Amino acid sequence: MRAAFVKTLVDLAARDSRVVLLTGDLGFMVLELFREKYPDRFFNVGVAEQNMVGVATGLAAAGFIPFVYSITPFAVLRPLEFIRNGPIHHRLPVRIVGIGAGFDYSHQGITHFSLEDVGVLRIQPELTVIAPADGAQAESAIRATWNLPGPVYYRLGKNDTITVSGLNGRFDLGRLQIISEGHDALVIAMGTITNEVMAADKQLREQGIACKIAVLASINPVPIDDLICLLGDFSTVLTIEDHYVVGGIGSLVSEIVADHGLACKVLRLGVRMNPNSITGSADYLLRINGLSCSGIVDAVKKSLREATH
Amino acid sequence: MSQTLSYDIRKIILEQSKRANVGHIGSALSIVEIIVALYAHALHIPKVNDPERDRFILSKGHAALALYAMLFLKGYISGTELNTYYGDNSILGTHPEQSLSGVDFSTGSLGMGLSVGAGEALAARLHRSRRRIFVLISDAECNEGSTWEAVMFAAHHKLSNLIAIIDLNGQQAFGYTDQVLSLTPMIERWRAFNWDVHEVDGHDISEIVRTISCLDNTTSQPHVLIARTTFGKGVSYMENEIKWHYLPMNDEEYKQALNDIKDSI
Repeated sequence: MRAAFVKTLVDLAARDSRVVLLTGDLGFMVLELFREKYPDRFFNVGVAEQNMVGVATGLAAAGFIPFVYSITPFAVLRPLEFIRNGPIHHRLPVRIVGIGAGFDYSHQGITHFSLEDVGVLRIQPELTVIAPADGAQAESAIRATWNLPGPVYYRLGKNDTITVSGLNGRFDLGRLQIISEGHDALVIAMGTITNEVMAADKQLREQGIACKIAVLASINPVPIDDLICLLGDFSTVLTIEDHYVVGGIGSLVSEIVADHGLACKVLRLGVRMNPNSITGSADYLLRINGLSCSGIVDAVKKSLREATH
Repeated sequence: MSQTLSYDIRKIILEQSKRANVGHIGSALSIVEIIVALYAHALHIPKVNDPERDRFILSKGHAALALYAMLFLKGYISGTELNTYYGDNSILGTHPEQSLSGVDFSTGSLGMGLSVGAGEALAARLHRSRRRIFVLISDAECNEGSTWEAVMFAAHHKLSNLIAIIDLNGQQAFGYTDQVLSLTPMIERWRAFNWDVHEVDGHDISEIVRTISCLDNTTSQPHVLIARTTFGKGVSYMENEIKWHYLPMNDEEYKQALNDIKDSI
């Protein structure tokens, strides 16, 4: 989604001189487009992410709309307290752009994985949290939220080529997007892993199982009405995310089920292991966490077997 | 007038600390003259919300009571508001909140103010504005790596509209700075990071004001005033005593403190 991000940002910067871009020394072969067009509004602040967020806070307090760019753990976890005390507490329009969701940085290991960013940020009050499923949805989401008065976090997958079928770039703040209709099971997915979910859906349909699939990209504000409505129609829901099962959308959906007394069982698919010391391709890492296409197929079928007993 | 202001601020610090029965007294007393130099002389603030006003960030937010006293004396906050200090449902907590009139940034977490100030200074440059950004940091804040990130950033971007003031009282929460994590030599460190460094007596208002007025905000370096101060300044038994970072005063101590600050006029 990096290409979609920079293309969209260049366009927004042309329209509004308040848009500035800060990077923590990352963005090779991505951000050059912005740097060339707007050299006076591009700042490589060096490998200093706390200062990057602090500087962005000062810029936003003076009327700018700063986008802060790094690999997700460096954009979110290192400066987390600065994000909290700066843009969140002061309600300033800083945009935190985290590149790489889940295991996107695969062979680079745990330091580059992003498995808890949604968990630590969705609990922050009045922070808009967006996790698009593909580049087209990322573009729509950025266009819909770039000039909100408060802060925004964008969790952007590294992959530029994924297109989630049926989504067609749709995004509405505070809403779900339905990308596949069915009555056998409900699946709610976040991020680029939705592509695996759609591949699983195809296989399941060939076996006579039709799932209703919803994309949850607007993490905050929570699509509360859509979720209550949807969860009321199913006895089982599977949540699928490349994130720890604690804190992400599995937790989010469970909270709604509990808060509203819904009679819906929540099966949370996500990362349950501690990925220390294990590297490999993203496909491999997803597979060993049961998040590959076949893992999702098996989980759906198992949930249906259990539901009938 | 400045000396009277210093006395008034010290008196308010003592009165409010006693009324609320809280500490952080020594830290507030340490910065009184710096606050007077800024608010009575250096800061250009035509109106409290004027977008072209100079900005001030009290990065060592735990000295907020000195700032509250000054904001009261400037008329930005009322006596009724001041008397809510440390109370329930009050904006005036131990650390300053931006929602209070005259406070540019909420602080309390050490090591953040200079970064935000650098961002404000960069914004002023992008706006082609002459407004300046003042950030008051404690010496202990120089323990924070993030402070040095901001120091490098400001020097690299030649933010000569940024003025840091270090309250160099040699103390921190749980010890003396030389014993906890030595910052010596402070002057050479800031010079090495390519800042325009000035050493001042942090209790000499006219020296602080004179130094600030001579700063060239069109040159290529950010500025720092290394202000040598005495923790607990003005109250004999508090000066250079670690415990007065924390303790409230008993009745006897309060009485003596009021007398001590009278003597210092």
